[in-house]
Amino acid sequence: MAPVTLRKLVKRYGALEVVHGIDLEVKDREFIALVGPSGCGKSTTLRMIAGLEDVSDGAIEIGGRKVNELPPRARNISMVFQSYALYPHMTVAENMGFSLKIAGRKPDEIKARVDEAAVILDLGHLLERRPSQLSGGQRQRVAMGRAIVRQPDVFLFDEPLSNLDAKLRTQVRTEIKKLHARMQATMIYVTHDQVEAMTLSDRIVIMRDGHIEQVGTPEEVFQRPATKFVAGFIGSPPMNMDEAIVDNGALVLASGVRLPIPPRFASALRPGQKVTFGLRPDDIYPSGHGLHAGDPAAVHEVELPVSITEPLGNETLVFIQFNGRDWVSRMLNPRPLTSGEKVRMSFDLSRAHLFDIDTGKALEG
Amino acid sequence: MKLKTLSAPALLLLPAFVVLAAVIVLPLIFSFYSSFTPFRLTKPETLCVFVGLRNYATVLGNAEFWVAFGRTVLLLTVALNAEMLLGLGLALLVNKATHGQRLLRTAMMFPMMFSPVLVGFQFKFLFNDNIGFVNNALQSLGLTNQAIPWLIDGNLALLSIIIAEVWSSTAVFAILILAGLLAMPKDPVEAAHVDGCTPWQTFRYVTWPYLMPFAFIAMTIRSLDVARAYDIVKIMTDGGPAKRTELLWTLVGRTAYADARMGLANAMAYVAILLSIVFTVYFFRKLAAARQQIGAEW
Ligand SMILES: Nc1ncnc2c1ncn2[C@@H]1O[C@H](COP(=O)(O)OP(=O)(O)OP(=O)(O)O)[C@@H](O)[C@H]1O
Ligand SMILES: [Mg+2]
Repeated sequence: MAPVTLRKLVKRYGALEVVHGIDLEVKDREFIALVGPSGCGKSTTLRMIAGLEDVSDGAIEIGGRKVNELPPRARNISMVFQSYALYPHMTVAENMGFSLKIAGRKPDEIKARVDEAAVILDLGHLLERRPSQLSGGQRQRVAMGRAIVRQPDVFLFDEPLSNLDAKLRTQVRTEIKKLHARMQATMIYVTHDQVEAMTLSDRIVIMRDGHIEQVGTPEEVFQRPATKFVAGFIGSPPMNMDEAIVDNGALVLASGVRLPIPPRFASALRPGQKVTFGLRPDDIYPSGHGLHAGDPAAVHEVELPVSITEPLGNETLVFIQFNGRDWVSRMLNPRPLTSGEKVRMSFDLSRAHLFDIDTGKALEG
Repeated sequence: MKLKTLSAPALLLLPAFVVLAAVIVLPLIFSFYSSFTPFRLTKPETLCVFVGLRNYATVLGNAEFWVAFGRTVLLLTVALNAEMLLGLGLALLVNKATHGQRLLRTAMMFPMMFSPVLVGFQFKFLFNDNIGFVNNALQSLGLTNQAIPWLIDGNLALLSIIIAEVWSSTAVFAILILAGLLAMPKDPVEAAHVDGCTPWQTFRYVTWPYLMPFAFIAMTIRSLDVARAYDIVKIMTDGGPAKRTELLWTLVGRTAYADARMGLANAMAYVAILLSIVFTVYFFRKLAAARQQIGAEW
């Protein structure tokens, strides 16, 4: 049983504060992804949980026990480092069995557990090699194997897939997911790749500048982003967003385009209020090529010129000129479009997002 | 005529080669040749008498030579091990320093900046049984009220020499090991912490294997140095008392100049060089093995 709790966790480097008192409850056996842009404090937070960085303020609890002052070895955790951090002078088998050797386990037991992990990760034929004789993907799997063999309460991953090519990344991602199902351990996974975060985790923690912006399931953060930042960060291609002013039952964009206010927001807005209006590419589509059936009453149709298209096979990203710049839309069952062609576009306003212009907080409708 | 056939680079390098040949190759050949003659400085004509391997036979059958040889190996072993341990400790400490590390690094190299002759004089004074600092300090601290005969007792004299040697050259180890520490990736150490290692286990299983090649480089350099130790011993004890601190090269020097038996001395020198070669080969093997161990890319 190893829930991990962060209470008002602060990290300072000298006078510079990089993590500003974050609170987080990770449940036992939960898979949590920490995402956010570069430099937002993901690694720092993870390293504090591991015990590799001192905690400046606040508390970390693992399994209900405060561990602030405990060295890493007393926390029963495993960490997979971005750079693998294998021991260069040990063979693959020695690398994987090292923690057990340190713990004073018998050679038979070590061998059995290393072999078991090697089977899971398909490393059997590499056990006698040294890290320098392995490819990046193989090193990555060894690093994972080292973590598995230890059978810790908590797994910590720091961008473990960032050095792999796209194909291998997908493959190892699946391995990690299976691993989580099999190991029954709590996992905290740092990444800046939202696809990894969405596909792997039970809940996603979105961080920004040392704060937590939102914690939620992949569906929640995608469908109900709590802030403008989350809306722009989660989802690919990102949500289309522009400023708008509420005027007489309509949202007026900078170019003067008027969009009817979606009914669910009607009561939340007052005239003259400035908001950020956002609509995902999935919710804008050439009429008849949409993802959702859409409530006909909430669909707003306009003719717009196509700027460019990016065919992806089963769908095409269509960049349309709207409100003075290119908005991205997603066209299912695509038909060929040419640049400059005028296309009738549907805006599914029932799925629109509105954010307060100052705080960036989502407006509830 | 002939010069014309030489290319420009060869021509330009020629003076350097000539100078090198004159100051290194010729003396080497000359000394090697003279080791096959009964050459005495006082009787130049002996240079022309060829005696074959007689000098070498004398050397190999000479108990005094073998005692000096053994003592040199002893000095080498004790001094190198002590320097290694101290150098490692120093490097680890300096590596931990958060402020003024540069200053410490420079200060650490201080002893290396002294000429060995000066080190010899300095320690000769420190260990002087009457007016020396060491005895003075020991007596003032009330640890003893005797004048310990540091340079007069045979065993203590060798110990004193070892201390002087260690003082002057521990920095070689410290600098090289520190270089290793600075170049070492931090991740494996952190991985070891997470894997459950105590600080000692981290050092033993992760840090030390990484530093070993650096230690062996220092060993190689220092073994060559100590195998031809001369200045410090010459100044501190001059091989005394009663030849109890006679080392290979003080013996060679004495045979060559005091006894004026240049031919025999040169034969000794060539045998002594074997010692250096053996140590160098040994440490290079260890170095290669250690480098392979950590998968070093240099
Ligand atoms: N040793 C340090 N001293 C001072 N500032 C540091 C130190 N380590 C990290 N920082 C700062 O802390 C902030 C958070 O760093 P951190 O490594 O946690 O970012 P990250 O979210 O992991 O980013 P990335 O995705 O690039 O790995 C950064 O602004 C960084 O500059
Ligand atoms: Mg990071």
